[in-house]
Amino acid sequence: MTALVILEHDGQAIKQPARSAVAAAQKLGEVHVLVAGEGIGAVAQAASRLPGVAKVIAADGPSYAHGLAEPLAALLVALAPDYTHLLAAATASGKNVMPRVAALLDVQPISDISAVVDADTFVRPIYAGNALATVKSADAKKVITVRATGFDPVAAEGGSAPIEAAPAAAAPEVSRFVSAELSKSERPELTAARIVVSGGRGMQSGENFHLLDAVADKLHAAVGASRAAVDAGFVPNDYQVGQTGKIVAPELYVAVGISGAIQHLAGMKDSKVIVAINKDEEAPIFQVADYGLVADLFKALPELAQELEKRS
Amino acid sequence: MKLLVPVKRVVDYNVKVRVRSDGSGVETAGVKMSMNPFDEIAVEEAVRLKEKGVADEIVAVSMGVAACAETIRTALAMGADRGILVETDVELQPLAVAKLLKAIVAKEDPKLVILGKQAIDDDMNATGQMLAALLGWPQGTFASRLVIEDGRAIVTREVDGGLETVSLTLPAIVTTDLRLNEPRYASLPNIMKARKKPIETVTPAELGVDPAPRLVVLKTAEPPRRQAGVKVGSVAELVDKLKNEAKVI
Ligand SMILES: Cc1cc2nc3c(=O)[nH]c(=O)nc-3n(C[C@H](O)[C@H](O)[C@H](O)COP(=O)(O)OP(=O)(O)OC[C@H]3O[C@@H](n4cnc5c(N)ncnc54)[C@H](O)[C@@H]3O)c2cc1C
Ligand SMILES: Nc1ncnc2c1ncn2[C@@H]1O[C@H](COP(=O)(O)O)[C@@H](O)[C@H]1O
Repeated sequence: MTALVILEHDGQAIKQPARSAVAAAQKLGEVHVLVAGEGIGAVAQAASRLPGVAKVIAADGPSYAHGLAEPLAALLVALAPDYTHLLAAATASGKNVMPRVAALLDVQPISDISAVVDADTFVRPIYAGNALATVKSADAKKVITVRATGFDPVAAEGGSAPIEAAPAAAAPEVSRFVSAELSKSERPELTAARIVVSGGRGMQSGENFHLLDAVADKLHAAVGASRAAVDAGFVPNDYQVGQTGKIVAPELYVAVGISGAIQHLAGMKDSKVIVAINKDEEAPIFQVADYGLVADLFKALPELAQELEKRS
Repeated sequence: MKLLVPVKRVVDYNVKVRVRSDGSGVETAGVKMSMNPFDEIAVEEAVRLKEKGVADEIVAVSMGVAACAETIRTALAMGADRGILVETDVELQPLAVAKLLKAIVAKEDPKLVILGKQAIDDDMNATGQMLAALLGWPQGTFASRLVIEDGRAIVTREVDGGLETVSLTLPAIVTTDLRLNEPRYASLPNIMKARKKPIETVTPAELGVDPAPRLVVLKTAEPPRRQAGVKVGSVAELVDKLKNEAKVI
């Protein structure tokens, strides 16, 4: 049994969720990884250093430059005959590409697995994480996306796998990349951060997020948000934590001015320690919080920044 | 041009579902059902394209038990022109839905299919991408903006790092994200009008598709429940606990 994992990267480094996908694949058999993009020499090198990877397949070319689903899926279908399992992290990119691959292979994809039971059987959350389904696939090949929070990422260093060039695959010319507006931030990425501090509608404005930033700075934390905060335009869409946003499970999650709707809890309730700051003592977020502070956030946040400063 | 909008009947997003005690699934009897929220956004987007004169007909499709006709009525009340119900008692998974939709596309010849990015019951996030693959069409998933221009679909997509814009040849597949639009409420006159709009019923067999599921659910379990913790009296106490008790900072 050999599994192929598509490694998502930013042109330089391999993304952490991809290392979690490798960890999931290692429960299935030998692991090969695919690095696709344009000018990906350094990433392929990094991939070869992942421990427990037997082979790196490098697909270097302009049609892979922007991670468009159509050429990537065609490439994966070309590689598929050698593999029993095809995996990617359940990121925006993985979710975009893998179902397309599955359909081309006449396979029902297994989305967002949080555990591997055996080579055919997996656990996946459904209904915003309110139920865990154990599913067995009847397909000969499994096409899987991996919920990164379910698997500790493999280390970045330790291996030395050979690198092989990918065969040429047809590049359908039906889609074209136009532009990207990516948020720039000095902070750790939401899905990889050890600590996440999130704000909700209670923050009242984008301006007020500086109060949260001050706390995040002290904790070297990533900043997230509820959908209500994103909808209100306080912060960009990529801050959204939840069922239909990002799934995070940091060591510490601090929810500020967030009520705790099931769709929000779906994205953060597997965090190790949860702190809630909310002025409404009845807010449902307190039902999942290890430490709850009933307070006005406009008072509590500056105090928190100060207290952290004092004790660092 | 003609638009096709698949709409799924799901447990309403406000319902906190319960796992059956024998692990056989989630309790859906007597639970409020609604149109999948992402599909409301898809219908809204289609109606706006029609209002702008870009589209001339909107066909809403729902698949599943007979009650899915209600979901189609909701779409008709929002402004879709007619409906197709693919009726079956078989539990439909995205591969089957995509194959059924492909058969409908072959008959209807739409230029654009707008789906939700994700059904909030199975949380698969797969059907649109799979339909695109089966048709050999381009896909613009997780759309927060859609413009039809010079015979192409320009789609701004929500990706992990922010936004990305792609340009697709038509026909194409688009899946909606939450910020694409704010769906309208159907007005009473429109609900009345919707009653007269036609809904055609077909079966998977008539469409030549075997809808049997490929994933067998062995069991359904409650996730581990989190215990509520303690309330702290002050910020200083909170920081103290995080440092000395939880040891996370
Ligand atoms: C299909 C669908 C998908 C969704 N997906 C997501 C998702 O992925 N992620 C997500 O987050 N949501 C999602 N939602 C939305 C979700 O249902 C809630 O509407 C949303 O999470 C509420 O955000 P909130 O807690 O910030 O706002 P609210 O529910 O309005 O809560 C604001 C909280 O702030 C508190 N507050 C106000 N002022 C102060 C103050 N001065 N000091 C302290 N506390 C204060 C209030 O007491 C309140 O508890 C989804 C909804 C749908 C329909
Ligand atoms: N049974 C169904 N009937 C109609 N549309 C469906 C059905 N199942 C899925 N869809 C469409 O596919 C989208 C994604 O669903 P899923 O891939 O199951 O998360 C939904 O938002 C709908 O637009």
